[in-house]
Amino acid sequence: MRLYADSSKCCGCKACLLACSFSHFQENNIHKAALAIVPHFPDPGNYVVRVCTQCGECAAVCPVDAIPQNDKGAYYIDPELCIDCGACIDACPEQVIFKVAGRDAPFECDLCGECVLFCGMGVLRIAE
Amino acid sequence: MNGYAGKILRVNLTTGEIRKEPYPENVARDLLGGRGLGIYILWNEVPAGADPLGPENKLIASTGILSGLLVPGAGKMDWACKSPQTGGYASANVGGHLTSELKYAGYDAIILEGISPRPVYLFIDDDKVELRDAADLWGKGSMTVEEILKKRLGEDFQIATIGPGGENLVKYACITTDYGRQAGRGGVGAVMGSKKVKAVAVHGTQTVPVADPARFWQLAHEMFAACKASPGLELWQRYGTAGVPTWANEIGAFPTRNFQQGTFEEHAGLDGKVMRERIVLTDKGCACCPCPCGKYSYTKKYGVFVEGPEYETSALLGGNVALGDIEDVAYANYLCDELGIDTISAGNAIAFAMECYEKEILNREQTGGVELRFGNPQAVFTMIERIARREGLGDLLAEGVKVAAEKIGQGSYDWAIQVKGMEQSGYDTHAAPAMLLAYMTADVGAHHNRAWAITYDIQVGREKVSEDKVAKVIELQHVRPLFDVMGACRLQWIELSIDVTSYAPIVAAITGVERSWEDLLKISERVWNYTRMYWFREVEGFGREWDYPPPRFYKEEATGGATAGKKATWEDAMQLLDWYYAQRGWDQNGHPTEAKLAELGLKAYLK
Repeated sequence: MRLYADSSKCCGCKACLLACSFSHFQENNIHKAALAIVPHFPDPGNYVVRVCTQCGECAAVCPVDAIPQNDKGAYYIDPELCIDCGACIDACPEQVIFKVAGRDAPFECDLCGECVLFCGMGVLRIAE
Repeated sequence: MNGYAGKILRVNLTTGEIRKEPYPENVARDLLGGRGLGIYILWNEVPAGADPLGPENKLIASTGILSGLLVPGAGKMDWACKSPQTGGYASANVGGHLTSELKYAGYDAIILEGISPRPVYLFIDDDKVELRDAADLWGKGSMTVEEILKKRLGEDFQIATIGPGGENLVKYACITTDYGRQAGRGGVGAVMGSKKVKAVAVHGTQTVPVADPARFWQLAHEMFAACKASPGLELWQRYGTAGVPTWANEIGAFPTRNFQQGTFEEHAGLDGKVMRERIVLTDKGCACCPCPCGKYSYTKKYGVFVEGPEYETSALLGGNVALGDIEDVAYANYLCDELGIDTISAGNAIAFAMECYEKEILNREQTGGVELRFGNPQAVFTMIERIARREGLGDLLAEGVKVAAEKIGQGSYDWAIQVKGMEQSGYDTHAAPAMLLAYMTADVGAHHNRAWAITYDIQVGREKVSEDKVAKVIELQHVRPLFDVMGACRLQWIELSIDVTSYAPIVAAITGVERSWEDLLKISERVWNYTRMYWFREVEGFGREWDYPPPRFYKEEATGGATAGKKATWEDAMQLLDWYYAQRGWDQNGHPTEAKLAELGLKAYLK
C-alpha cells in the first residue's frame, strides 16, 4: 500500500497538510505534514504534490535500523530506537520526511489516510 | 487565547517602530475578529475627519477565528480603512493563503499607520519583522513584484502587493495576493500606496491553538464530508463563478453597456465552458477550500497568465463594456491585476466614459484619441492603463464615476452607477427590488457581497416589493458578513449548501466559548451597526440620501434582453428604505436608534 497523488487535480489549498498535522500532532500546522505541495506560479501555473512512495530508502540508510514497516506496509520511525541523525531526511527522494521540533524522531507518512479524507479535489488515494 | 495567534502587529511607518500587542480581549468577546477588529481600530484610533490618504488613516489587515485552521474555506482576510473613494467605511475581503500564513507567523492582524518617508515593504518571518527598502520595487506591477519577492525570500512566503494604481492613489486601487486575488474594493490599495508600502511578505511556522482538539477534529471531518457530498460540488469545482454569466444573462441581471440592460447578446463567449476549454490551466484554491472558484488561466492571444476571469470581472469588463471574447476579458483582467486596480470599478468607470462618448458628451480630444465605444477591446486596455497611471481622461476616471459625473455634468450622474461613491458590482437591478435594496444599503457602497438577494427576487417574484424582501436582505447582511468576521469563505454554504449553523459548534470548539448560531449573528449585527455609526461620524450630512439607488434603475427602462422595458420606481425604492430602517431599528434617516445601540451593547464601543 502507498499514497498516490494526481497533481493535475490539486488546487493548492493545503487541507491535506493540516489534516496530516492534526491527525498526528493535534495541531493546525502546515509544516508538520508528511506530504508537500509545491506551487509553480506564475509560469507554468500548476501544483506538484509530493508524497511518500514507500520506496524504503529511509529504512535502507538508517544506521540503527529504526525504520520498520507497520501492518499497512508503511515505513515508520521508531522513536525508541531513533538517534535523530537525520540520514533518512536527507535520503528521502520526495523530501517528505520532516524533523519536528520537540520530538525525538523525524516523522514520515504512516498511511493513516486522513489527507485523502480532507482533499476535496480527489487528488489523493491509497492503493497497492 | 484559543483560535487566535494572540498578537497584533502594529507598524508605525513614520517612525519605523514595530510593536507586538496583545489581541484586545473585548474585541474577541464582542466582535470576534476579522472585520469586527477592523471597525474597532478605525473607530478608536483614526481621528474623526481624518484624511483617508493622510498619515492619520490606518490600514488594518485582519484574520478571523477560522483563518488558517482545518475548516472549509478558511482563507479569508479583511482589509479595512477609511475609504479614499467614499469617505466612509472600507472593508475589502481577499482569499488565498495570506491570512493563514499571517496566523502561522503569530499575528491575528497588522495595523499599518503613519506614512513612510520612502517606499518600503514589510517583512515578516515569525518573530522577525522588519521594514525593508522597496525602491527597486516601486513602479512595478503587482504580480511582477510577487514573483521577485518569492524568488528573493522563498516560495513559502505569502505576498500582498500594490501596483502602479495604488502608488498613484487611484481611488479604487486594490491589494493583490497569490498571483491574482484581490482585496478589491473601496481603495485599500490607494491607502497602502499613500503609506508608501509596496508589499507585505509573510512566512510563519507556528501553530494556532484550539480549545478542544478532539471536538474540533470531529467537526472538521463532518464539515469537509458535507462539502464533498454536496451535489453542487462538481459543477462549482469545474467552473467556479465563471458558471454564473449564463444564468445571469438568462434572468436579465448581467450588466450590459453600463447597466443599460441585463442581457448581453455575446455572453456565450464568456461562459464557463468556453473559458475552461480555451484558457484555464488549473484550479486554484484558497486555504482549505474543497471547491476552488479560482481558475488560473493563460491567454494565447495576449500571452499572459491571469487568475480568472471570475464572474464579476466577466460582468464588468465583459458585458458592461460589451466585450464578448473571453481572451479580451482575460487580458483586461490581467492589466487591472498587474496595475493594481479593481476590475469592478474599472469596468464601471470605462463603461460610464463609453456612454458619455457615444452620447457625444466626451469628444475624441477629451479621450486622448481613443475611440471609446462599447465593444472596442483596445479602448478598454488603453483606458485601464491611463486610469492606473492617471493620464488624460484616466486621471478623472481614477476618481470613480461619482466624481467623474459631477465634473462632466450634462445629466451623466444618471448613468453613474454607484451608491455612496462606490461603483455597483455585477448585477443589473432594473427588475430586482431586493438586490437593489442590498446595493443601496451595503455598508461599503454598491457591493453584492453583503447580501446576494437576487436569488430571493427570483424565488418570490421579480416585480414584488414587499417586507419579506427587506427582511431577507437584512438576514443576509448578517449571515454573509459574519464570514468576513470569522475569516472564512461563504461559498461552501452558498454553493455547496452545507448547514450554515454548523459553523457555531466549530467556533466554540476553537475558542472554548459556547456561542449559538444566533449569538454569532448578533455579533454580525453589532458590527453592521458599528460600521453604520462610522459613516455618520465621518461623512458630513450622512443619512438617507446616501442610501439612494443609482438613478438609471428607476428613471430608465432596461433597453432589451430578459428584463426589456422593466424598471424600478422611485416610490418603491423609498418604500423599501422605510421598511428597511424600521426593521433594523433605525430612524427614518437611517440612524440606529438609542434602543438598538443599547440592545446590541454597542454604546460602550461608540465613546
